[in-house]
Amino acid sequence: MRVGIVVFPGSNCDRDCARAVAEVSGRPAAWIWHKDRDLGGADLVIVPGGFSYGDYLRCGAIARFSPVMEEVVAFARRGGPVIGICNGFQILTEAGLLPGALMRNVGLKFICQDVHLSVGDTGSPLLGGYRPGQVVRMPVAHADGRFHADAETLSRIEGEGRVAFRYCDAEGRVGGPSNPNGSLAAIAGIVSPGGNVLGMMPHPERAAEAILGGTDGRALFVAALSRAA
Amino acid sequence: MTTATEPAVTPELVASHGLAEAEYRRIVELLGRPPTYTELGVFSVMWSEHCSYKSSRIWLRTLPTQGPRVLQGPGENAGAIDIGDGLAVVFKMESHNHPSFIEPYQGAATGVGGIMRDVFTMGARPVANLNSLRFGDPRSPRMRWLVEGVVAGIGGYGNCVGVPTVGGEVSFHPSYDGNILVNAMTVGICRADRIFRGIAAGPGNPVMYVGSRTGRDGIHGATMASEEFSAESESKRPTVQVGDPFTEKLLIEACLELMEEDAIVAIQDMGAAGLTSSSVEMAGRGGTGLDLDVARVPRREAGMSPYEVLLSESQERMLIVAARGKEDVVTQVFRKWDLEVETVGVVTDTGRWRIFDGDRVMADIPVPALTDAAPVYERPCAEPADREATRLVPEVPDPGDFGEALLAVVGDPSVASKRWVWRQYDHQVQTGTVVGPGGDAAVIRVDGTQRRIALTSDCNPLWVQLDPFHGAAGAVAEAARNLACVGAEPLGITDCLNFGNPERPEIMWQFREAVRGMSYGLDQLSIPVVSGNVSLYNETEGRAILPTPTVGMVGLVEAGVEPVGSAFRGPGRIVALLGDVGGQLGASHYLRVAVGVELGRPPVVDWERERAVHAACREAIRAGLLESAHDLSEGGLAVALAESCVGRHDAPPVGADVYAPAPPELRDLELLFGEGHGRVLVSLPREAWDAVQAICARAGCPLNWLGETSADALRIARKLPTDPYATTETLLHVSLHSLAARYHGGFVEALGFEGGLA
Repeated sequence: MRVGIVVFPGSNCDRDCARAVAEVSGRPAAWIWHKDRDLGGADLVIVPGGFSYGDYLRCGAIARFSPVMEEVVAFARRGGPVIGICNGFQILTEAGLLPGALMRNVGLKFICQDVHLSVGDTGSPLLGGYRPGQVVRMPVAHADGRFHADAETLSRIEGEGRVAFRYCDAEGRVGGPSNPNGSLAAIAGIVSPGGNVLGMMPHPERAAEAILGGTDGRALFVAALSRAA
Repeated sequence: MTTATEPAVTPELVASHGLAEAEYRRIVELLGRPPTYTELGVFSVMWSEHCSYKSSRIWLRTLPTQGPRVLQGPGENAGAIDIGDGLAVVFKMESHNHPSFIEPYQGAATGVGGIMRDVFTMGARPVANLNSLRFGDPRSPRMRWLVEGVVAGIGGYGNCVGVPTVGGEVSFHPSYDGNILVNAMTVGICRADRIFRGIAAGPGNPVMYVGSRTGRDGIHGATMASEEFSAESESKRPTVQVGDPFTEKLLIEACLELMEEDAIVAIQDMGAAGLTSSSVEMAGRGGTGLDLDVARVPRREAGMSPYEVLLSESQERMLIVAARGKEDVVTQVFRKWDLEVETVGVVTDTGRWRIFDGDRVMADIPVPALTDAAPVYERPCAEPADREATRLVPEVPDPGDFGEALLAVVGDPSVASKRWVWRQYDHQVQTGTVVGPGGDAAVIRVDGTQRRIALTSDCNPLWVQLDPFHGAAGAVAEAARNLACVGAEPLGITDCLNFGNPERPEIMWQFREAVRGMSYGLDQLSIPVVSGNVSLYNETEGRAILPTPTVGMVGLVEAGVEPVGSAFRGPGRIVALLGDVGGQLGASHYLRVAVGVELGRPPVVDWERERAVHAACREAIRAGLLESAHDLSEGGLAVALAESCVGRHDAPPVGADVYAPAPPELRDLELLFGEGHGRVLVSLPREAWDAVQAICARAGCPLNWLGETSADALRIARKLPTDPYATTETLLHVSLHSLAARYHGGFVEALGFEGGLA
């Protein structure tokens, strides 16, 4: 089981993801440099958060042109598991691996806070550590996290059961003030049709140890690491 | 020396460079000839207040800087302290007041960027940022724009670079209407045996320029920071630099990667006065000379003169003295990160700072003329004539309703929750934040050790205004107390001394007294200063800010100590006070907010008591006996109780029934809102009481049982000392709902910002 973490110029959650992987598996992850043209034999690819290329253009719009992204796309198309977190989610939508777009938060400001999430019934092995309908808690930290898609895309995502997480309150009620960024249908994360690509705005790697205030993110790494091999 | 294309140096030109006549004469004397235009520019920045500390230096020398753990004291890019396990904590605070007032987003952003470079240039990965922010009247539209811009700029830079912003302060006072304060602090971690310094050694070693290209931004920024503001200051917007956090992030990674190799002799950030000060200071520390060719400096725009290249304050640039023969190693690393890298000069043994533009010599100055020979002034000091008058406190009647008074104080934007601010900062990236913003101090875990570091910044500017000595000493006491509240032992401080125009004797007096007070307080607690910054001329059209000597303190939390927050965790716990019930109304926040009076003598620290309270608090936390600990500061006991009840935005509020054992001569108002040092509000399970009592007895710290936490409201009554079972009628009764609404809504309401918080 080899975990590869893509490092773009401006990635800043790469080390945090590696730490979470090590916490869960006891083994180090490998870095995949953005200029590389192979994934170094990774069985699971994580595209971490941060500000790739400064996000001076649309978030993720430059990173998708990095040499390594061709390989990530090919790997995903072969059914390889890929997790994009925060900026990584933005990059996966820009690269066409996931539908929709992440737009400026409805309040126009960067927000860093814990949110509750309701887990969807996707059948994705990456979410195998959670029960559908389970409420989990982890942080978000972004300025551009408002999920948007056209009506047809939304109904397809929902119809195919591809919503991984929706923002909710502590009791699992979706929508209303618990949607921190105004995301369409309170969507916080989605998966690809095959379930092998997951994109999410919240940061499971920041909720993988009790000392950080929560451990709900751990199950995601546990499932991804055990199913991906 | 003549240079055909440069303007002639005239008296008008000298004056416009901010140099006094006597200073100019001294330059001519040191050079043995009049300076060239380029040299004049160089002297003007190197001898500016900002770079030379000419008014403050004689007093700064009196600060305590020694300690068994100190690895690097003041004088380098940042200070460093040994934290054990082969690791060091590196930190510094710096002001970016003037640029932030002119252009808040970029001013604050580049302040954050600059202080981070000071830390990673020492070889330390930045692990946390803090900010101490002072604004004027929150109701003015301009001030709202400044608050929005500064907060967005701090977040925009720190979030992108991936360094968590974990703490700091935000307060308001009309003295900052024309001159806000933005003090940024960065804390980093490195190996104790691998600290990099800016000492240019080894003649023949190449001098290499890395990072961003040089543009025309920020020219004479350091000189601007050494002047008062006037109506024309707006026109100085082009002297404000523009930040590029993305490049900073690349620069951090590239520098830290290069530091793993044996290629660096010396390294320094190009901060204020850019290429000039970084090269001069490195040569000065090394006792060497430098030859630089400005023609080889990578540029952003064509047609820049040597003068402009030397004085540009373009951001995200570093100067490296590489080991001869290692140029390729340096080049390879910076190319990998897509950054500029160019050899621009060489270390010499001439002791001269020589600037070439290709073949032409543009400047040739003995290095000491720019460093050691810079003017040092012992400026006249005079106690303000009206000082006695400010010490008298008028008779203050009791308010009609103590509960309403509490709501007013808790909702004041300087006291109320600052979550609107820190929600815009990524305070969790790097997954090291154990205790984040909103409490007494932040706690960060450190890779490679079970120990943690605790961070806080503190200053009560009104206290410093009313008594600079005791006010500044009090800032030290409060910072250390904040650290005690998370179980940490102080390691050292960085200071950021913000004052008005030092040419006014009463300002210079404030400065001298504040430095004396800070020294005294540090000696009392055996804490060294390891780095710092002075910002003078913080005034607009003759009106100075409140003197604001900000203390940034770093402490150590030993392995195995579980962090406690400042909020109560649930009903049925004992509420107690470490220290005495009491306090004074003079110089208090109550007087300022509820009565509109800023008078009185600030409280004086009883150091023996202070040490005892800190020791008892730390010991009880280490023993795992406390559930919460919260320093009593602005607003006294009532506000501390309110904050412990409703301080958490993400957990249900907790009530408290308090029966305060107050001496009969203490007024109700003093009991509730009186301020003083040496007091910490704690909560603990009932079964922990005996053990806490024993710890307090050993430490010589008074322990007062105040009451118990409850489910529904905050109630405060007096316990009569004559009869331990008798209490007076309830003095104050506030519902948790209204308390929470004021505490969590006060800031946003005062500033008129749209929308509440999710």
